[in-house]
Amino acid sequence: MNTVNIKIDGVALTVPAGITVLEAARMANVTIPTLCFLKDINEIGACRMCVVEIKGARALQAACVYPVSEGLEILTSSQRVRDARKVTLELILSNHDRQCLTCVRSENCELQKLAKQLNVNDIRFKALTDKEMQDIDNSSPSIVRNNNKCVLCRRCVSVCQKVQTVSVIETIERGFRTRIGCAFDKPLGETSCVNCGQCVAVCPVGALTENSHVKRVWDAIADPDKYVVFQTAPAVRASIGEAFGLPIGTRSTGKMVSAIRMLGVDKIFDTDTGADMTIMEEGTELIHRIQNGGKLPMITSCSPGWIKFCEHNYPDFLDNLSTCKSPHEMFGAMLKTYYAKKMGIDPAKMYVVSVMPCTAKKFEAQREEMKNSSGYVDVDAVLTTRELAQMIGEAGIDYKSLPDSDFDDPMGNATGAAVIFGATGGVMEAALRTVADVLTGESAPMEKIDYVQVRGIEGIKEATVEVAGLKVRLAVASGLGNARKLLDSIRAGEAQYDFIEIMACPGGCVNGGGQIIQPSSVRSWTDLRTERAKILYEEDKALPIRKSHDNPAIKEMYSEFYGNPGSEIAHHDLHTHYIARGKY
Amino acid sequence: MGLDCGCFSDERGKKLLEVIEAEKNNPGSLIKILHEAQEIYGYLPIEVQKFVSDHTGIPLAEIYGVVTFYAQFSLKPKGQYKINVCLGTACFVKGAERVLDRLKKELNMDVGDCTEDGKFSLDACRCVGACGLAPVIMINDDCYGRLVPDQIPGILARY
Repeated sequence: MNTVNIKIDGVALTVPAGITVLEAARMANVTIPTLCFLKDINEIGACRMCVVEIKGARALQAACVYPVSEGLEILTSSQRVRDARKVTLELILSNHDRQCLTCVRSENCELQKLAKQLNVNDIRFKALTDKEMQDIDNSSPSIVRNNNKCVLCRRCVSVCQKVQTVSVIETIERGFRTRIGCAFDKPLGETSCVNCGQCVAVCPVGALTENSHVKRVWDAIADPDKYVVFQTAPAVRASIGEAFGLPIGTRSTGKMVSAIRMLGVDKIFDTDTGADMTIMEEGTELIHRIQNGGKLPMITSCSPGWIKFCEHNYPDFLDNLSTCKSPHEMFGAMLKTYYAKKMGIDPAKMYVVSVMPCTAKKFEAQREEMKNSSGYVDVDAVLTTRELAQMIGEAGIDYKSLPDSDFDDPMGNATGAAVIFGATGGVMEAALRTVADVLTGESAPMEKIDYVQVRGIEGIKEATVEVAGLKVRLAVASGLGNARKLLDSIRAGEAQYDFIEIMACPGGCVNGGGQIIQPSSVRSWTDLRTERAKILYEEDKALPIRKSHDNPAIKEMYSEFYGNPGSEIAHHDLHTHYIARGKY
Repeated sequence: MGLDCGCFSDERGKKLLEVIEAEKNNPGSLIKILHEAQEIYGYLPIEVQKFVSDHTGIPLAEIYGVVTFYAQFSLKPKGQYKINVCLGTACFVKGAERVLDRLKKELNMDVGDCTEDGKFSLDACRCVGACGLAPVIMINDDCYGRLVPDQIPGILARY
């Protein structure tokens, strides 16, 4: 490795050539403040918070984009540097809607933190008048944009364009009129936004948030006539602890269940049971398609961000999508039909709340197609991991000191196959475990059910596996930019597959747009995807049952209600269809 | 918007497509394409921007971002007679704003708009280089200088 010798604040260092001053400073344990910087995604040197003095350079330079070179001498905290940063920050604050007391991002806001760190104790410049306030865009069922809090860092634009290739937001106009918005200033809800929420996850401030369902859920819990059932997706347990100070990568499934029970819900179930149902239906569908010359490759349909992306951009692939509803919708449909009947509960009074790592599930839950099974919506409200954390906080629950408890029976006993749904490649692996057993008619031993080829955080993974003498060509993509690459190669006839898993968010649901937000200072240097996915693979290993079709609750459900996977009633309740939408 | 449907099958559409085909693989050619498009259609309505997006693969939001960034691009149609009011420093201190206000009043429209009959459009611009004649307006290639607001109705009546 080529190295260069530099001096940071008078301390001599040898660092790899080609890195930036910001990275070099990190190696020297010197923290340089940043705001617009997000490693690999937004490295544009725009906000000027990271300026440093470089010996010999006339002007201050942005550390996040300035490369180190031999003999470079850097001052990161001189009077000149501190003054420049402070004035810049004061100017950014001048037209910021400073509603910190009531802002959802208070105490998890990169701007607020900078104001404290840089010792800004007065608002010297006041620019934003009532007349200049922009309307809040809450047209989307998933995402709310409040441009009055926007600092124009462009992190949302970069992630939308470069990572997801959804590209519905951009910087509009210039100077004082500069704002982030959609083409022709259309409201977000009227565009081809897929609601993945990656923009929310990277927003340093409160300009982007989810469309909150917290109030309606509290109202339902307080209503004595409502039978409130919570279900939590696998990825939620991999992130929620972060909101309460647990280290990233800490598994807190039991505490999460205890906390939700303390909110006063009637039942708390695991969406993993829905995931096991998905495997039964989707696995059966795959086998049927392979054996009967059906449309291949079959592509998974668990990720509603991916589904809407496909509907807008790849309508020619709609027949390739599995007709299965996503796990929490299947679970909601089952709760309001089979479970309600079995328990003697009026489905009209049942209120199903899905806790999801996802903002797109909010859009999905209000789709017309998700209302047909019981005559009621399958899922009444969708909370993100963040919203659940807000409710736990509001209830005054001391999360860290909670004892563990288990999900309610019988819908709480899911399998290891379902748990790994939260990581990219997990749905594929879970499906293979079941498809292999169904096709061979035998039960594969535990040491043969780890399909490690489809694990890991690479954007596109390919493998060919032999299942019961059948060669199945697989591909797994996470992040919509990767999905686009994969689909383009299929369209061009360059690649052929039988089964494809696609997740909208990079790394899968563990890195979903509804997860606990980590600031750039953390997520730029820690791979959240790997750390959170680790929890799920640990849980999979630890569970006694690791194949969906071995789940006793699933067996009972089919024998008592659905008959066989893919039966008429299963199709009516658990499957859906898709709509070709315009490109814009 | 003021474009007929199916407008891209006519001569103008063919011409725009030729420009796009020739330019689309050159990095940074979007501005050139938009200039040509505005030359052909007079302005850049949503249909034209979508057409450019469809044929270049550049997202519509990005195109809109570029169009709104540069003052030379217009989202609204221009009139047969394009009025440009110079708001450069010299004109400004010599009362250009009062001239502009009178134009808005006489034409009953705002800066950036076009009269319903398509005759006049009104824009403000930077220094046109005729500071000695301040305040100045241009109507197409005609220049009117040392203006006072009361001259405006008479000037408009010539068109």
